[in-house]
Amino acid sequence: MEIAIISPSLSWGEQMNISKVSTIILVSALMTNYSSHVIAAEGDVSDSERIAQYREMISDGNPADFDEMAGEELWKKVAGPKQASLEKCDLGKGAGVVKGAYAELPRYFKDTDKVQDLESRLMTCMTTMQGIPEAEIISHPFNTEKNKSDITELATYVVGQSKGIKMAVSIDHPKEKEAYEIGKRIFDYRAGPYDFACSTCHGTSHVRIRMQDLANLKVKKDAQAAYVSWPAYRVSQGLTRSFQWRLNDCFRQQRFPEPKFASEVTVDLTMFLAVSANGAEYAGPGLKR
Amino acid sequence: MMNAKYMLGVALTTVVMTAPVEAGTVDLDAKTIEIIKRDFQDKGIAKADRVNQDELQATCSKYVDKLPDKIKSQLEAGQMKSIKWPSDGKYIGDWKAGEILAQSGKGMTWSDKADEPAGGNCYNCHQLSSKEIAYGTIGPSLLHYGKTRGNGVDIQRYTYGRVYNAKAYSACANMPRFGHMGILTEAQIKDLVALLLDPESPVNK
Repeated sequence: MEIAIISPSLSWGEQMNISKVSTIILVSALMTNYSSHVIAAEGDVSDSERIAQYREMISDGNPADFDEMAGEELWKKVAGPKQASLEKCDLGKGAGVVKGAYAELPRYFKDTDKVQDLESRLMTCMTTMQGIPEAEIISHPFNTEKNKSDITELATYVVGQSKGIKMAVSIDHPKEKEAYEIGKRIFDYRAGPYDFACSTCHGTSHVRIRMQDLANLKVKKDAQAAYVSWPAYRVSQGLTRSFQWRLNDCFRQQRFPEPKFASEVTVDLTMFLAVSANGAEYAGPGLKR
Repeated sequence: MMNAKYMLGVALTTVVMTAPVEAGTVDLDAKTIEIIKRDFQDKGIAKADRVNQDELQATCSKYVDKLPDKIKSQLEAGQMKSIKWPSDGKYIGDWKAGEILAQSGKGMTWSDKADEPAGGNCYNCHQLSSKEIAYGTIGPSLLHYGKTRGNGVDIQRYTYGRVYNAKAYSACANMPRFGHMGILTEAQIKDLVALLLDPESPVNK
């Protein structure tokens, strides 16, 4: 299992120096762990603890900082057929208010008459204010090694502006309440060749897949810790990953087909998870194995 | 007069308040399915129709952890009937092939290829051989599975059935139905039975 984490680092010719250094530190941390597992399986430091130590070691600089900066530039940059910036985009707290906006998302928006998460809302602003076609945004939703995704970079910037702010997602509006209720049902929806639901892996406490600890997202404390740490820089992939990506990759491993980017199924599921995280201080962009 | 109006108001409010709530509860389950069917798309080998549930999946999703005993037994009996037992009456294959299969977590995701066979995913959730320390804990430990249970024909058949269709024994178990869903072949399931029961297997050392 550890080998799988280590191997991608060998081919990362194009990554920034900081991510290489980070990777080397994490790999060393995990390798130390691996050898100690062989020597003494009991009373050992777990991978999670090693990763926590690693996080502390680089607490002054998460590689996602670069994505935040790139996202801020994109936010301010005049772009698209309508030659406009996103500086007047309303993320729920008024036109152009970015500070604290993510801590209250998803939420109901009057102009679209929909509950929207961060990415679907950014998409609304990009299409209406900048005139960028939705299909163009959807065609490149996530960062890849060769190409950064605008919407991921923008999202990373926006979430960073809620760091330290308590999650306060409302279910007061009937559509918000409905999104939450549907999200809860999606979480338990079993299907596909393996009969998996989200809850198959994330509905029991203190379990893991191989060495990977799993959060029980039906328990408030676990849900809070997990939710506030995304989006995150994924060390094993050398890329910053958005919350939409996190859900997308969960469904992949669930052996489901692909959820459409920023679709209602993803927004409602996000609503369920975000409300479960209410009261916790938002701590992202995070850092993951 | 005021009172009558007030009473009428209360009566109307009650009707308005209760009617949508009742309809809403029914609607939410239906709406969830409607959204799920609309919002997933084909990707690689994972086609959109994978979100369509069979009876067991739908029932387990509906009740989550509150499945009534009667429905549980009915589901299990139905799944048991559908098990296709080996035509040659033999349950034990090669434990070495079983160990390789148990190690592999590949298969059936949209990033897997159609021509690549799926693995057994066993170590993802279970402890098996004492030599493998990177095992998951969603399922129970199977270390010394055969050592503690023996390897008579009854336990062989039970083990084969359990891997073929775990839901025949526990309706809403987390474990996939490896034979029933066509994830593993009869020969592969026999190899896993051998891994669990063969006295020479590392599981029983």
